[in-house]
Amino acid sequence: MSQKIPIVKINENLIVSFLSDIDDTSALELQSELLQRIHEGKITGVLIDLTVLDMVDSFLGRSISNIARSSAIMDAKTVVVGIQPAVAITLVELGLELEGAFFALNVEDGIELLNELKKLKYDFGGINEETRNSSEYPD
Amino acid sequence: MRRQEILQNIQIENNMDLVKARQTVRTIAKDLNYNIVNQTKLITAVSELTRNVLVYAGKGEIIVELIETDIKKGLRITVTDEGPGIHDVDLAITDGFSTGKGLGKGLGGTKRLMDDFSIQTEVGKGTEVVIIKWMDSNKL
Repeated sequence: MSQKIPIVKINENLIVSFLSDIDDTSALELQSELLQRIHEGKITGVLIDLTVLDMVDSFLGRSISNIARSSAIMDAKTVVVGIQPAVAITLVELGLELEGAFFALNVEDGIELLNELKKLKYDFGGINEETRNSSEYPD
Repeated sequence: MRRQEILQNIQIENNMDLVKARQTVRTIAKDLNYNIVNQTKLITAVSELTRNVLVYAGKGEIIVELIETDIKKGLRITVTDEGPGIHDVDLAITDGFSTGKGLGKGLGGTKRLMDDFSIQTEVGKGTEVVIIKWMDSNKL
């Protein structure tokens, strides 16, 4: 009796809000459904909203990191928003940094960040070329 | 120990018991006025230990107790199973080590989140993990 997490599409972004009592099965199902939606095309960003989540343990942390990293190799960026202060402290103490994801404070900032990331990609043909040429990274 | 009282007994048998264990501990910690950071640490620790039981032993039990000494009050949570046990406990609580599907942050991470952490295990017999979080805990 796992709960299905709805995926909302706005423009080229997919938005998901984790439920407070998310179980492991739902987290795994979410991951494969998100990737399927990305595979169907025209998705450049995934926004994961953790506002109502009052804990992220190592399994959930790994699930979020896996979503971010697998989306990235399918050419979609992931932004995680809404992490509560107590959850942030606990995550760092557990040694979970949600590798592969970008972060923003709330949904609004998150969408803005996703749009910026998309613009970077189209303006410069990739973030790497730009950073390589920047003076912050001397040879 | 001046006082110890069992508050709750939770059977772990499937995935939904994991959600239930988190909810139960959250309610208890909230009722006892644990601050939000310590509530979160307790729920996270219980989640890690419960998942270990499900992954390695299949089923087990959680006992939540209120304990009180002359100077402090807290929750003692005992998680037991009759699973395969742990071959090398020191290795199991080392970050990055896992024989299961986790990140290997579970046991070591749980220890860091709590004020007290002890583990007793016997290969082929089972494992018992006892954690304590004091109510006025200022441990970061």
